[in-house]
Amino acid sequence: MTVFRQTLGPTTYTFGHLVDLMAKASPRRSGDELAGCAAETDAERAAAQWALADVPLDLFLTELLVPAETDDVTRLVLEQHDAAAYRQISHLTVGGLRDWLLDTVTRDDAAERLAGIRWALTPEMVAAVSKLMRNQDLVTVARAVQVTTAFRTTVGLPGRLSTRLQPNHPTDDPRGITAATLDGLLLGAGDAVIGINPATDSPQAVSDLLHLLDDVRQRYEIPTQSCVLTHVTTSIGLIEAGAPVDLVFQSIAGTQGANEGFGVTLELLREANEAARSLRRGTVGDNVMYLETGQGSVLSADAHLGTEGRPVDQQTLEARAYAVARDLDPFLINTVVGFIGPEYLYDGKQVVRAGLEDHFCAKLLGLQMGADVCYTNHTEADQDDMDVLLTLLAAARVGFVICVPGADDVMLGYQSLGFHDALYARDLFGTRPAPEFEEWLTRCGLMSESGRVLPVDPSTSVLRTLGAGA
Amino acid sequence: MSDDDFWAALRRTTQSRIGLGRAGDTMALGDVLAFRAAHAQARDAVHVPVDIDALVADLESRGLGTPLLVASRVGDRGEYLRRPDLGRQPRELDHLPRDTGADIGIVLADGLSGQALTDHAPALVAALVERLTPRYSLAPLVVATNARVALGDHVGAHLGVETLLVLVGERPGLSVPSSLGIYLTHHPRPGRRDSERNCISNVHPPDGLDHDHAARIVDALVAGARELGESGVRLKDTSRSLDAAADGPVALS
Repeated sequence: MTVFRQTLGPTTYTFGHLVDLMAKASPRRSGDELAGCAAETDAERAAAQWALADVPLDLFLTELLVPAETDDVTRLVLEQHDAAAYRQISHLTVGGLRDWLLDTVTRDDAAERLAGIRWALTPEMVAAVSKLMRNQDLVTVARAVQVTTAFRTTVGLPGRLSTRLQPNHPTDDPRGITAATLDGLLLGAGDAVIGINPATDSPQAVSDLLHLLDDVRQRYEIPTQSCVLTHVTTSIGLIEAGAPVDLVFQSIAGTQGANEGFGVTLELLREANEAARSLRRGTVGDNVMYLETGQGSVLSADAHLGTEGRPVDQQTLEARAYAVARDLDPFLINTVVGFIGPEYLYDGKQVVRAGLEDHFCAKLLGLQMGADVCYTNHTEADQDDMDVLLTLLAAARVGFVICVPGADDVMLGYQSLGFHDALYARDLFGTRPAPEFEEWLTRCGLMSESGRVLPVDPSTSVLRTLGAGA
Repeated sequence: MSDDDFWAALRRTTQSRIGLGRAGDTMALGDVLAFRAAHAQARDAVHVPVDIDALVADLESRGLGTPLLVASRVGDRGEYLRRPDLGRQPRELDHLPRDTGADIGIVLADGLSGQALTDHAPALVAALVERLTPRYSLAPLVVATNARVALGDHVGAHLGVETLLVLVGERPGLSVPSSLGIYLTHHPRPGRRDSERNCISNVHPPDGLDHDHAARIVDALVAGARELGESGVRLKDTSRSLDAAADGPVALS
């Protein structure tokens, strides 16, 4: 076991284990303070980052942060590690990896080189290097990574920004959900997924919603996919019952204990993946899982203790969730970055930082990463913070973002992005929706040749009948 | 039909901010200002403590008895937000009866919205009592302040109830200031995981789930939990049967 020391001026700081060093090197956030593993002072944090920069990547393969004997996510991480690919970077320290990444993004073949180390890196290595990086570093490296996934649309292509249309309703009222869906479609949203968080986990209610969305999709020939974000066991049951399940959703996390808190195991997730693939409902691809993650979920489940019972920092645990995700080759994954609450990410500054970290780490590990750019009413944040995070993520070529009518989710009681916000981001960076969906928007007269969403009169649009029956 | 008429009809179906006006590609100013005002009100609502006197008076006037009060280990609302661990632990339980052997215990927790408790808990408790008794015996009602859901596990274990219902104030949203959630835990005891609970959210008539409907779902879940011997992800809400799952699309009208 390695002990780390770093002298700053008159003070020498000691870090007893790699777990502690990682936690103390993390940018400040309330969740690590709650777990009791954060740096005590800014100076200690700076010292920890200095010491972390000198840690060889090799150490992460021998000094495990969470024991393999008791945690199946750790075992999965070790199974995934590609020793042959790792030889390209095995001589590097964490600081050396940071420089290697920033040098790589200036080359013409950056995307290939970054893809080539995808399985050489472990989540812990990626988390470590992120702790040394400034926000602009997280943006520029993530921007150079290219990952695409496909079902009925293709998400993650260069020059594209996709959206999840989230038409939630407090009682799952089909008319209200349809109205919100119409609102989003008219504003060009919904190419990543039309995805409902159901108010109840009742299999019958979920089935009704699946039929509702699938009916809308087929009636208007919309090239997209639907998802009702219910527990994976409910989705498996509905697949068996013949319900139209496009994507299977599940929240996942970075330790076995936290996943148990979600009521899932790696085996169950693989079973769900196979079940949904067997339906062969995709047209341009067969990625079928939709996963959500977020910093703080492991601590919230009280499953955050690692080697020798030491608390592992929440950002490292979040990166470990991406090992679980990439095992499933998902269609969509997003961090719910500001959703989990101020006890984990206190304010806009912490939410923005975490959003960039999650996006960077997931992409480097080979995932097509999206984000729910969001906050709750007990967090010190507002729409200005969302503008900052959206702009940075769009600059980093985020795959998709979640949008709700007017940025206000009336079922989950939090604020995300509005449909208009996606128009802003697309305009700023000249991006468009997924090609299959863009073609549909243009054909329906909802989008101009130059890619602008047109201000159409809903009562004369092709979608006007969606407003009937209300 | 004008744009306004079109959306006005649809707005009767949802509180969602649909059909907003545009200034270029962005929202019209009126909608931006309305959003800011709602955000300010929602933020304030988080910090307002529950009006215990009004809550107790309302419960008593409905013949539901005088609830026993329990405080979490949190000192104030600010600490409540920062320290979920303390919000999950009761300060003191010795004044509650031990091992009542009751089938069901009910804890009213303020959570993130004390107003949700005063607005909806008395009527919801009345609906639950009407629906669940006399088939099931009920432990004395408990009101918990600065409380999170898992505090109920301590209360339920102390009371010795078979199934525990925690009625908790949900995070105030922009359009929904007072919404109640119900968490059902079979064989409550400290250390229960979230995957061992069932949740019914968004109880806030007229726009959310109404009290009687929520009580009906609870009734089905209690029966299911007693049969299964557990609550959580293996227990599904069967208050609506699945026999129509393979049928055609749902009519929208």
